[in-house]
Amino acid sequence: MKKVLMPLVMVAVLALLPFVGVQYAGLSYMFGVIIPYTAGAVLLAGFLLRLVDWLRRPVPFRIPTTCGQEKSLEWIKYNRLESPARFWEAAARVLSEVFLFRSLFRNTKAELHKESNLAYGSHKWLWLGGLAFHWSLLIIVLRHSRFFFVMVPGFADVLDHADGFLDVTLPTFYITDALALAAITFLVFRRLNDAKMRLISLPTDYFPLFLLAAIVLVGVLMRYVVRLDIMPVKDQMLRLVNFSFDDPGEIGTLFYVHLFLVSVLAMYFPFSKLMHAGGIFLSPTRNLCNNSRQKRHVNPWNSDIKFRTYADYEDDYREKMKKANLPIEKQ
Amino acid sequence: MAKYAPKLSELKKEFDEKPSVLKGDYAAQEWWDIPVEFHDGNWCFPGKPEVLEDLGFANPRKWTATDQDWQLPAGWQKTISDGLQSRLKKYRSLKLFLDTCVRCGACADKCHFFLGTGDPKNMPVVRAELLRSVYRNDFPLVEKILKGFSGSRKLTEAVIKEWHMYFHQCTECRRCSVFCPFGIDTAEITMMVRELLNLIGVNNNWILAPVSNCNRTGNHLGIEPHTFVQNITSLAEDIEDLTGVAIEPTFNRKGAEVLFITPSGDVFGDPGVYTMMGYLLLFHHIGLDYTISTYASEGGNFGMFTSNDMMKKLNAKMYHEAKRLGVKWILGGECGHMWRVVHQYMNTMNGPADFLEVPVSPITGTRFSNAAATKMVHIAEFTADLIHNKKLKLDPKRNDHLRTTFHDSCNIARGMGMFEEPRYVLRNVCNSFHEMPEDTIREKTFCCGSGSGLNAEEYMEIRMRGGFPRANAVKHVKDRHKVNTLVTICAIDRASLPPLMNYWNPGVSVYGLHELVGNALVMQGEKKRTTDLRENSMAGFEDGGDDEE
Repeated sequence: MKKVLMPLVMVAVLALLPFVGVQYAGLSYMFGVIIPYTAGAVLLAGFLLRLVDWLRRPVPFRIPTTCGQEKSLEWIKYNRLESPARFWEAAARVLSEVFLFRSLFRNTKAELHKESNLAYGSHKWLWLGGLAFHWSLLIIVLRHSRFFFVMVPGFADVLDHADGFLDVTLPTFYITDALALAAITFLVFRRLNDAKMRLISLPTDYFPLFLLAAIVLVGVLMRYVVRLDIMPVKDQMLRLVNFSFDDPGEIGTLFYVHLFLVSVLAMYFPFSKLMHAGGIFLSPTRNLCNNSRQKRHVNPWNSDIKFRTYADYEDDYREKMKKANLPIEKQ
Repeated sequence: MAKYAPKLSELKKEFDEKPSVLKGDYAAQEWWDIPVEFHDGNWCFPGKPEVLEDLGFANPRKWTATDQDWQLPAGWQKTISDGLQSRLKKYRSLKLFLDTCVRCGACADKCHFFLGTGDPKNMPVVRAELLRSVYRNDFPLVEKILKGFSGSRKLTEAVIKEWHMYFHQCTECRRCSVFCPFGIDTAEITMMVRELLNLIGVNNNWILAPVSNCNRTGNHLGIEPHTFVQNITSLAEDIEDLTGVAIEPTFNRKGAEVLFITPSGDVFGDPGVYTMMGYLLLFHHIGLDYTISTYASEGGNFGMFTSNDMMKKLNAKMYHEAKRLGVKWILGGECGHMWRVVHQYMNTMNGPADFLEVPVSPITGTRFSNAAATKMVHIAEFTADLIHNKKLKLDPKRNDHLRTTFHDSCNIARGMGMFEEPRYVLRNVCNSFHEMPEDTIREKTFCCGSGSGLNAEEYMEIRMRGGFPRANAVKHVKDRHKVNTLVTICAIDRASLPPLMNYWNPGVSVYGLHELVGNALVMQGEKKRTTDLRENSMAGFEDGGDDEE
């Protein structure tokens, strides 16, 4: 399976680069300062450019996919979320997609049973796996904010506490670490397990999954196994957020691997399918109100089309129309 | 049908032998390696040269899909890539839908063509990848070093053939977009690719001939004004024979309150004509001041399956005629894609309709504020309001010989969101109504398999396969509830579902909603009714028997 091996090898090579670079070539400034700054800049600029690039393209037509009753007669209840008539209803629809993956929740699985009978069953695994994946990663990222501030922000403490409530290891075991790894494993295996998924998957689908898995694994390794000294890490991260170009101090090599893989992810992000993070807000089938008969939607480039007017038509058919006793404009 | 569709037993055998929705073994294959094969039943006749010349379309010539050489015009690659670039600039939807797919696979088994063919390229995600793989150049450098990383490929004639096949195995029904976490709508992609294909003369006569007809005569079927009048008049005569009530519809009459526009299939085709009789009875029953136009004599719009510009050109006639006749508002008949155009495109393309008034029902006084800008009301909304206000005298027992189920048409369901009105009307005009399984109706409804201009005889195999999920759901209620009547509010359905039912579920007939309304209406001064509009005996109304039970 070239599609799977290629991205796997890529991630392995990427993980080795900083290891060799820092351990044997003394490139800690490169991997600790130059690359992270570059990655941050590429992520920020790239993400914004992509958003602007989408936003400057017009939305000529009002094309919501209506998944519920439209607003019509007063005595018929309409579906505010699935067929929104007002701005805030459409906003709620988009947010329910962003935070709860509402459309994925609908997912069904079609099966062909005996005597050519099709059956559809509820199939919420992708919804569950996707939700676990995205929410764990979000919480992990937010938790990391403790590295970026001298005073640990309150929400990071709360998250930390909640995430570590199992309290089974030392240092405290984070549930999201396990959840993220489990979810990534699920997301990879579902692509390998099903013939349909195998066909539609591209190397660019495996690559970010492998990359994220590697990032989380190295993080877990640093925290629970190698027990990396945290203070120099925090010092270096504080320097970075304060735009300092000072030399990083003595930090364990694993940290450089973690940081480099995150940098690669950041640089990869704006140019890949990961941009769905921005795209989901803009999707015209989800973020528009279903009110195009009530309120005119304007197309900025509305093409100027010549159509066949009634006069042209009557000119061609006048005699036939007369015979059929149809009223005509010109005799 | 025989030549263009496999025998039912063969198809059933295929489903039973490989009881998996994906047919074939692709363990060692990628979708882009699978060759495209045209054979009887899976391609539509291409546009005739004279039709293309009439429309001013590119590359008129004689050719067929099975030809080795499709005689594409010189520089076609540039035409396609420039065409794509300009559409990417004009449509945020296209750009977003090409950019944001993560290939999660939620759409894969949602497409009726995939479920009926088991062909991997009919998974919506792959259908979009057919274009995406050409469009994508995420990492030209990475792609150079690591060939195959981003899954991109060059635009070749083989790709054009593939597009022609698979963008004509999409009926723009939008079912996949319901399930997509980003709302990616394959209909949008199909519409764009069909526009592109038309730029190089790769097309479908079953779409382009109606487009040309509609432009010239005002309707898809190419009915000229006198014949159009004659047809409706003869339907009025049939009504008089059946009910004893004389109905005199008017045509092109200035000063009428309402302009009524319906698909021309209702005027000409069986069983659409019975739906037309239903409209005529209803309008007479309530004394509506309406007129029918021979110029804007088409509700449907095959321009939608050709290009957005063509959609606009054909649609422009509605407002143009409404203005000329000086009507107050427009009432639209039962049709699927017509209503996607009216609901989501018309006012944007050809509005604002300042010369019309916000529609108010002259019978109930209801103000249709949901149509305040477009000024066009759907007949099911109109009739539901009449029934709700008790303005109709109905005898639902007259439909007791019909055990019904309701087919939501794709465009009405997912491009408009009208689910309750037709059901409300149906429940009031008949006594036996059974819903198909939950995952096959409303926003999850399955297409008839022949929408978006694929209703051609020579396309029968694909149509019967694409319609399989719909037919299968009908079979479910047929077996369980003895359903014999499939009610729909779409003219393409009325044309395409009868052969589909004959193939998969013999014994189920297809009806328009307003045909049932017409059956149930108790008209003033009518004679004793024993048969319905099709002249089938009504249960309990047989001659001589006064006992209705």
